[in-house]
Amino acid sequence: MTAVARLPWDHVPAPPAAVPGFDVERVRADFPILKQPAHGHQLVYLDNAATAQKPKAVLDAILRYYEHDNANIHRGVHYLSERATQEYETARKVVQGFLHAGRASEIIFVRSTTEAINLVAQTYGRVHVGRGDEVLITAMEHHSNIVPWQLLCEEKEAKLRVAPINDEGELILEEFEALLGSRTKIVAFSHVSNALGTVNPVAQLIRRAHARNIPVLVDGAQAVPHMAVNVEDLDCDFYAFSGHKMYGPTGIGVLYGKTALLDRMPPYQGGGDMISSVSFEKTIYNKLPHKFEAGTPDMAGAVGLRAAIEYVQRLGLDAIAAYEHELLSYATEKVAEIPELRLIGTASQKAAVLSFVMNGVHPHDIGTILDQEGIAVRTGHHCAQPVMQRFGVDATARASIAFYNTKEEIDRLAAGIEKVREVFG
Amino acid sequence: MADLRDLYQEVILEHSRAPRNYREVKTADHKAEGYNPLCGDRFIVYLEMDGDVIRDIAFQGSGCAISKASASMMTQSLKGKTRSEAEKLFERFHEVVTGRARANGDPVELGKLAVFSGVSEFPTRVKCAILAWHTFEAALEDKQEPVSTED
Repeated sequence: MTAVARLPWDHVPAPPAAVPGFDVERVRADFPILKQPAHGHQLVYLDNAATAQKPKAVLDAILRYYEHDNANIHRGVHYLSERATQEYETARKVVQGFLHAGRASEIIFVRSTTEAINLVAQTYGRVHVGRGDEVLITAMEHHSNIVPWQLLCEEKEAKLRVAPINDEGELILEEFEALLGSRTKIVAFSHVSNALGTVNPVAQLIRRAHARNIPVLVDGAQAVPHMAVNVEDLDCDFYAFSGHKMYGPTGIGVLYGKTALLDRMPPYQGGGDMISSVSFEKTIYNKLPHKFEAGTPDMAGAVGLRAAIEYVQRLGLDAIAAYEHELLSYATEKVAEIPELRLIGTASQKAAVLSFVMNGVHPHDIGTILDQEGIAVRTGHHCAQPVMQRFGVDATARASIAFYNTKEEIDRLAAGIEKVREVFG
Repeated sequence: MADLRDLYQEVILEHSRAPRNYREVKTADHKAEGYNPLCGDRFIVYLEMDGDVIRDIAFQGSGCAISKASASMMTQSLKGKTRSEAEKLFERFHEVVTGRARANGDPVELGKLAVFSGVSEFPTRVKCAILAWHTFEAALEDKQEPVSTED
C-alpha cells in the first residue's frame, strides 16, 4: 500500500491508436441499426444532425457498466461505488482529452447542449448581464442558442443582438464586429450551423470578442461529430456539446468552461453532490466540477460517451473529416444537377449538412417520398426558424451525413429526389 | 405496404397546385389562423356566415401538398353547409384519415374528400390533412390565438 493520495481516477487513459485509411464498409459493420430495411428498401440514414447512430462499442459499454459497475458515485465507501466513480471520472478525463481542455474539472456533465447553454445563461448570465446590457448571437443559431438568452434578456431587461448572415449562410464578420459594444456582456454562436452546415471561423470570432474582454460560448453540437476541437487553441470561454449527436447515448452532454469563470459562477441547480456541507444556516458548495452537477448524474451516459469518443478517436477525427468532406462534395455536386432544386446554405466552409428546397414541392412531401424509398432525412425548420425566415422559406429538407454514409447512399438520395420530381412532375 | 399513389392522388396534387377559394374574404365575419409548429404549415381560414349557413369560405397560407389540397377541398365541401353538417363532415373526415373508419359504406357523404383516405397509411401526415379543418373550427369559435396541431 503506498501512501500516495492519488485517486484511482487520476489515471489519464492513453488515446487509442488511430487506424490509417478509411474503410467505410468496415465502419458500417460497427453500427447494427444500419442493417435493416425501411419500407422495403435498405435503410439510408441521412438524419445524423438530428441524432447519430451508436456503434456497438457504445452499446456494449453501457451494458457492461450496468452489468458490472453500477452504483451511485462519490458517495459509497464500497467496492462498486468506487468502481462506478472511477468509470464516471475516467469518462470526464476522456472528454477533457477530446476537447484538449486544461483540466478535467473544467468538464461539466449535463444532459445536452441545450442544458449547457441554459446553465451558462442562468449562472454567468444572471450575474453579469444587467439592465441595458447586450447579449450577441448570430442569425444562424439553433433555438437552443436563442431562447435561453431571450429568457435572460427578458428577466434582466437586456437586449439580444443578432449578427446577420449573407445569402450563402455565412456570418458577416464586419457586422458581427460592429455589434460588439461596450454593453456586450457575452457572445454565443454555433461552431457549425445545424440548418445550413456553415462552419464559423470560431477562433477569429473569439479573438475579436476577447479584444473587448467579452467572453464567448461556442455551441459545438454539430461540430464535435465531424472535426477535431481544441478549446485551448480556440481560447473559447465555454464550449457545449451533446453526446447523442456524436455517436454516444442520449441524456448526456458536456459544458466546458474556463476555471476562472466557472469558479466565480453561482451554482445552477441545488441538490446532492454539488455541496461540501449543508446546514440550514449556510451551505458550502462543492468544488469544480461537482458544483454544477447536482443530483445523481447520468453515469451510464458518461460511460457511453467515453466509448463514443474513443471510437471516433480510433477512426481518427482527421480521417473522419476528410472522408465526410469528400462525401459532402460528392452530394453537393450530385444534387446540383437536379433542376428545380435550390441548396440553402452554400458557405465556402461547410460540414455534413445538405439543406434544400424544390420548386413547387413542399419539404414535408419530399420527406414522405424519400421515406418511402427508405431514406431518412429531416424536413421542417430544424429548430432554426429565424434561419428559415432569412432565406424566405417555411422549411427545408435536410440530408445530414455521418462517416458511415456512402456514395451509394448519396446516389440513392439523388434517385429519391428524382422520384419526388416524378410524383410532382 | 403503403403506396405513395394512395397518398398523392392526382386530385390532391391538382388541388395543391391550383387551390380553390384561395383568397381573402373581405366580408368575413369569422377568421382564424392554424399552424403546425412541426413543419411550419400556416393557414388562415375566412368564413362568412348567413345565420347557420356557411355563405362563403376561403383560405390563404402555405403548406405541403396534403395540407393545401385538404384546405382547398374543404372549402369546396363546406360552402353552403350548415354548421352542424360541417361539424359532422369533419368528424367523418377525421375518422377516415386516421384509419378509424373506411371511406366506403359512408353514412355521411364524404364525396370527393374520400381521396384523403390514403392518408391513414401515413400517420405522420394526418396532421397535414386536418390542419385546415381545425382552423375552420377555430374560425367558427372566433379563436383569437392561432390554433396549433400540437394543442
